[in-house]
Amino acid sequence: MKIKALSRPTASQQAPGSATVRQSRNLDPAQHPFERAREYTRALNAVKMERMFAAPFLGQMGDGHVDGVYSMAKDPGSLERFASGSGDGVVKVWDLPTRNEVFQTQAHEGIVKGMCWTQDRKLLSCASDKTIKLWDPYHSTSEAPPAASWLGSSAFTSVSQHYTQPAFAAASSQISIYDLSRSSSSPSQTLHWPTSVDTITSLAFNPSETSVLGSTALDRSVILYDLRTSSPVHKMVLKLASNKICFNMMEPMNFAVANEDHNVYLFDMRKTDRALNVLKDHVAAVMDVEFSPTGEELVTASYDRTVRLWSRSKGASLDIYFGKRQQRVFSAMFTPDNSYVLSGSDDGNVRLWRAKASDRSGIKSARQRSKLEYDQALIKRYSHMPEIRRIKRQRHVPKSIKKAGEIKREELAAIKRREENVRKHTSKKDLKPRQSEREKMILAREQ
Amino acid sequence: MVDPNSKAIVAAEERAAKQRFNEAEKIYGRGKAASSKNVRDKKLRATLKTQEEKQKQAILRAKDAEILLEHEAGFLEPEAELERTYKVRQDEIKDSVGIEAAKKGFELRLNDFGPYRADYTRNGRDLLLAGRKGHVATMDWRDGKLGCELQLNETVRDARWLHNNQYFAVAQKKHVYIYDHQGVELHCLSKHLEPLFLEFLPYHFLLASAAMSGYLKYTDTSTGQMVAELPTRLGRPTALCQNPSNAILHTGHQNGAVTLWSPNSQTNLVKAQVHSGPVRSLAIDRLGRYMVSTGQDQKMNIWDIRMFKEVHSYSCYQPGASVAISDRGLTAVGWGTQVSVWRGLFDAAQADQGKVQSPYMAWGGDGQRIENMRWCPYEDLLGVTHDQGFASLIVPGAGEPNFDSLEANPYENTQQRQEAEVHSLLTKLQPDMISLDPNVIGRLDTIKDQKIRDEKDLDRRPEEEQMDKIKNRGRGRNSALRKYLRKKGKGNVIDEKRLKAEAMRKEHADRRKDQLQRERNDLGPALGRFAKKDN
Repeated sequence: MKIKALSRPTASQQAPGSATVRQSRNLDPAQHPFERAREYTRALNAVKMERMFAAPFLGQMGDGHVDGVYSMAKDPGSLERFASGSGDGVVKVWDLPTRNEVFQTQAHEGIVKGMCWTQDRKLLSCASDKTIKLWDPYHSTSEAPPAASWLGSSAFTSVSQHYTQPAFAAASSQISIYDLSRSSSSPSQTLHWPTSVDTITSLAFNPSETSVLGSTALDRSVILYDLRTSSPVHKMVLKLASNKICFNMMEPMNFAVANEDHNVYLFDMRKTDRALNVLKDHVAAVMDVEFSPTGEELVTASYDRTVRLWSRSKGASLDIYFGKRQQRVFSAMFTPDNSYVLSGSDDGNVRLWRAKASDRSGIKSARQRSKLEYDQALIKRYSHMPEIRRIKRQRHVPKSIKKAGEIKREELAAIKRREENVRKHTSKKDLKPRQSEREKMILAREQ
Repeated sequence: MVDPNSKAIVAAEERAAKQRFNEAEKIYGRGKAASSKNVRDKKLRATLKTQEEKQKQAILRAKDAEILLEHEAGFLEPEAELERTYKVRQDEIKDSVGIEAAKKGFELRLNDFGPYRADYTRNGRDLLLAGRKGHVATMDWRDGKLGCELQLNETVRDARWLHNNQYFAVAQKKHVYIYDHQGVELHCLSKHLEPLFLEFLPYHFLLASAAMSGYLKYTDTSTGQMVAELPTRLGRPTALCQNPSNAILHTGHQNGAVTLWSPNSQTNLVKAQVHSGPVRSLAIDRLGRYMVSTGQDQKMNIWDIRMFKEVHSYSCYQPGASVAISDRGLTAVGWGTQVSVWRGLFDAAQADQGKVQSPYMAWGGDGQRIENMRWCPYEDLLGVTHDQGFASLIVPGAGEPNFDSLEANPYENTQQRQEAEVHSLLTKLQPDMISLDPNVIGRLDTIKDQKIRDEKDLDRRPEEEQMDKIKNRGRGRNSALRKYLRKKGKGNVIDEKRLKAEAMRKEHADRRKDQLQRERNDLGPALGRFAKKDN
């Protein structure tokens, strides 16, 4: 008779005199019952932990401004410096790691409406006092006179630097292109849509087709211009005016428009008959929008006192950032390393937030990293489960915003109900096809 | 000279790879692959494809990882034609296995407080013995070290370890009590009145007891809350066991019925008539596929609990008092003073070949009435309790040779035990996750999804309109209405549409009858019989 019985000497599991214990694995599913249920429980724990560790607010920059912050600009050549301009005409440049101001000047007499950095790392600012000034924060001390200045005929609202040439565009009721090398010169080109007279609120150069320029105006239009033919190319009229236009740095044919109707619209420059996506969640006008450096996410600043983060492909926001003392937010942007968000609000503070609320920037051990990755994978895998979705989406927002959201929802439902009732009682001949939510807001397009 | 790229070689390689995958899938597969062929969304299709590819890789890698398993299962094989494995005695086994293994077979003489019941911890390291007359003892059986010893001076009906060797529950005369490893009474579960059997669900941290009154009660041992109290309504239960794969409790009754219970339902999930007399004992294999039951009708029945069908039935000389199934599918039955161990009961059922005719091993016949049996996890050991003590029998080939130390570790130290406890509490499953299909969690509810989508579609036509599709034409053999009523696919479903169709049909029939009558009247009494019936 051949006989063998199981025998595992203890020494094979733990060598005598050593404290290290071997861990043996057996992947046979028979040894791991309730696999799915346990994995789901782990996913539930992971998503709860993520919410537990969510602490987006990091701090504010120095002492902020005396008046509200209405414009901000980051230096594309640096991870550390960015500038903010306030309502009393003061421009400050900040250092991110120390969160202190490194340069400040009483730049203008009126509200600083727009700012941008040039390729040689100087700062352009424009204001409602009809001037554009060029500053050199890297090589001059605070309160130094501007390196150059340009005088316009009306208040400026926005300024944008050409990506390859030493030229910049400034917006008032028309768009003027100035030569950066010739100080206090008159504009080399002026652009405007033949019939439009209203103020242009923002403009942006396209990063790839460098001579293409987009603008938004108070007459509800979004216009694209071409510098080569020095003429406007395309005009789109939306239902309400837009406040800001921003191109996606990674997919430069796409741009986002922050609208007064609480939404952000993403468009493809080549095909503007419908939006790529509509981002709906704000409960007041959106004042500013910016794509993240990766082009995957967006950040918006709104009049409802909140900053929201979005995914390019999802309609609802990923996260909402607010503070007790944060007033109307007029500008928000990602830092160039994609890991922080800056916001400038009416209360004069420039705030620094984490781009991922539960993220920590300290050095992580390999085990910690793999655990976080595993948790993310679990959350993604079970994201369709109602409990997990609920925990992931739940935010305790201020009462006023919650209430406003409820009211807005009710109003929209009422409008929809009314429309449906009209449709129900219209004869089939006169019935117009239903309009998609993505093309509803486009009133007219002109070439 | 053979061309390495020749078609024949490539085909052979492919075949080998496919065979290897099929083999791996049998063990490590998680069901059918999702087909991405009919998915119209490009992105979704690509995602599905990569996911399937990943799944495939995972299966193959799990198969490859088998090379790291270091232990082989034990065996007992006859060498000559006339040798029988069931003739091998324990002392013969002890002589032919190593000293380490032989030491594991031992007997304890406990004459005074029997009959005893036993339980091993989940990692098989500690043993709990509970005598009917109130003697309870725990021990690390490998070292022969006594953990604690209690004299309760009260009837003890059952005892169970909880999630590790730190706590155990004892079903005493009136209540269930929980003791810690030193024998200190921690809790009295006064709601578990007159308990007969105990069962602990380790992943849900639920302690279940079957009471004399017929109630099945669940207590969450991590929070102490009563989770469910279920009336079986079949009198005093005679057996209780859990299905380790889905945490459903099986209860045996006086009338030969076995009922299945989950804490989420006040009524039983399934009721099966397994025996013609009272059920004596129940056991379920580790994958939750087969149930073995013994009854007072001197039968041992093997049931497939996926189909709720009896697979085999064996007659015993005496009613089997206790039955237990090991990790590798060995079934031990204790009847009278004897123990027989059967092998391949479930394989035979799977392969649809004949019954296994003779047992694998046998023990006993020494005048000790068998009370209870437990397999020691991860060891080739069967713990048998009888009215005069406890015997640990070596049964080669019973235990799972390769343990997973993240699941249950027989060699764990204190720190590992503590960590494992924390982790298992973190992934504690909620009682409402218990269902017959353990994988139902996380599955997409496609019916609800479709319904929501339909409701979102504002232009959808209401069902009324669809019903009008059945034409109001009753003539002819193949009218739409008749066709609809004739169609078999709908079976017994009586819905609004069908009711309407039936009403319509009746109306047609009535109308035709009227018409016929009118025609007859027109034609008069003589010619009335020539009225056309079908027009």
